[in-house]
Amino acid sequence: MRYRKERLDRGIKARCEDIFALSSWREILYLLLPRAVPVLGLLVFPLLKGIVGLYWEKVLVITCAIGLLALSWDLMASVGLVSLGQALFFGAGAYIAGALNQAFGLSPLITIPIGTLGGALFCTLLLFPVLRLRGVYFAIITLILPLLFARVIETTKILGGTEGMSGLSPLPGIWFELYVPVVALLMALFGFRRLINEDYGLVLQGIRDNDRAVMSGAINIYKFKAQAVFMAGVAGAFSGAFMTHYYQFVGIPAFAMDYSILPLTCAVLGGVGSFAGPTLGAFILVPLSEVLRAFGTLRVVFYSAILIICVVGLPEGIFHYIQRKYHQFERLVEVE
Amino acid sequence: MKETILRVEGVSKRFGGVVAVEDVSFELGRGELLGVIGPNGSGKTTLVNLITGFVKPDSGRVIYQGRNITGKMPYRIAELGIARTFQMVRPFYQLPAYKNLIIPLYSPRVRRLRGGKYGERDDVAVDLLEEVGFERDSFVPYKVAASLPHGYLKRLELARCLALRPELLILDELFSGMSMSEVASTLPIIERLNEEGLTIIMVEHRLRELFRVADRVIVLNFGRKIADGPPRQVMESEEVKAAYLGSEAEVPDA
Repeated sequence: MRYRKERLDRGIKARCEDIFALSSWREILYLLLPRAVPVLGLLVFPLLKGIVGLYWEKVLVITCAIGLLALSWDLMASVGLVSLGQALFFGAGAYIAGALNQAFGLSPLITIPIGTLGGALFCTLLLFPVLRLRGVYFAIITLILPLLFARVIETTKILGGTEGMSGLSPLPGIWFELYVPVVALLMALFGFRRLINEDYGLVLQGIRDNDRAVMSGAINIYKFKAQAVFMAGVAGAFSGAFMTHYYQFVGIPAFAMDYSILPLTCAVLGGVGSFAGPTLGAFILVPLSEVLRAFGTLRVVFYSAILIICVVGLPEGIFHYIQRKYHQFERLVEVE
Repeated sequence: MKETILRVEGVSKRFGGVVAVEDVSFELGRGELLGVIGPNGSGKTTLVNLITGFVKPDSGRVIYQGRNITGKMPYRIAELGIARTFQMVRPFYQLPAYKNLIIPLYSPRVRRLRGGKYGERDDVAVDLLEEVGFERDSFVPYKVAASLPHGYLKRLELARCLALRPELLILDELFSGMSMSEVASTLPIIERLNEEGLTIIMVEHRLRELFRVADRVIVLNFGRKIADGPPRQVMESEEVKAAYLGSEAEVPDA
């Protein structure tokens, strides 16, 4: 007697693909809970700072910053631009905000928006000539650019050189500090998810899957790629600009490899292409790395081991695995 | 004399040492249906790529409606109204068939010609699919592209071109991989489009079907044009017979 695993869509999913006819409270909750629980959780977590402690609230802020970079990576991957240099966005936003604050004493309420938009614009213009490259060739360029900027700042001693710029204005208040990154992350997450399912998003995905067919459909793919890079840049540069004022410091580490590799790892772990996956990845990896501090130097070993097990065990990504389990029954059926 | 819509003037293209297309010239009148035939590797697809901008010619010019389009970007050429199918179908497999047409419908050209917003485009897409023989009643347009047979995917390619409202349609081996019955049902669609005034270039291996609809045929061999004229006359040519000798393509007596 042999068995085979059979997968069946749950009733609501089976009836229609993405337009749901809601007929009962159970169905409304079925749809709403997976979205509402994380959102409410994120909004409530800062309120619990008396219970969980300021340390974990700080972890939340860093998680959101990395989550934004992971979302930014995923949006670029949706147009077929595989980036190894999210640090470019982070660093550009961070340095613009930092420099404006130090040179003109502008408040974070002004430097963060300027850093966000200016950083995104700067990165888009910088990457525009290489948007025709694909795959590894584009990845290599993005990998090198942040390292290049770090060395330029180091050798020319502009923008604070190796010491960086310290003593920058702090953020206005603890609630601003905790809620702005949370809200930004949620806006980017749901905004990008919405965008990718619009006709506009279909064109973006079309460019990833078959750019020749899109071009023969009279669509300027470079314009769309540049727009996607700009939107990804907004998410990434915001993260950098915010963290500059959070740390009240900006230096060469803003262009460090960590900001390139960690978002990519989050995306791969959580599941590429869904935006929720990379966010989930960030909420697993960043806190995990904090928990593992107890192991001292062995931390990286455990961290890497967990990462390898997850990626090998769930190559589709944790989010896609959970989504499948949520939408489908599985049962064993006999086969002859 | 019909108005000339496309004039190809001595285009050549070599890939390394291989000459793909050599000094090919021809004119195409508005409303004509031109067949392009030749043995495998004779440069037919490269010629299509040269006209549609996917490959830049080493020399020669392509003039479309009095405008030099040589070496323009493919999307600019499509914008001017030249639509093409690809020999290899690569639709967006995970999307429903009609959603595959959103991309050309989203282009500036179509939005200018046809208008339409999010949602309305879906209706236009389903209409287009019906036009190329997708049965609306059996919900074929709504099926995921991955679940459709190859013949439907080929016709999806055709619909993708028609979505652009082209003035010149280039079909690169549309019939390859189609069953006899699929070809039989697609041929009248092409005939009708041509009768409605659409200029068509058909690159084809299936000569019998091509000769039923083509007004004129050009024959390529080793990248060079060796014949140009009505189907029957072209197949009489000694050079064409020699080119086809030993190849698997049959030479029907039209």
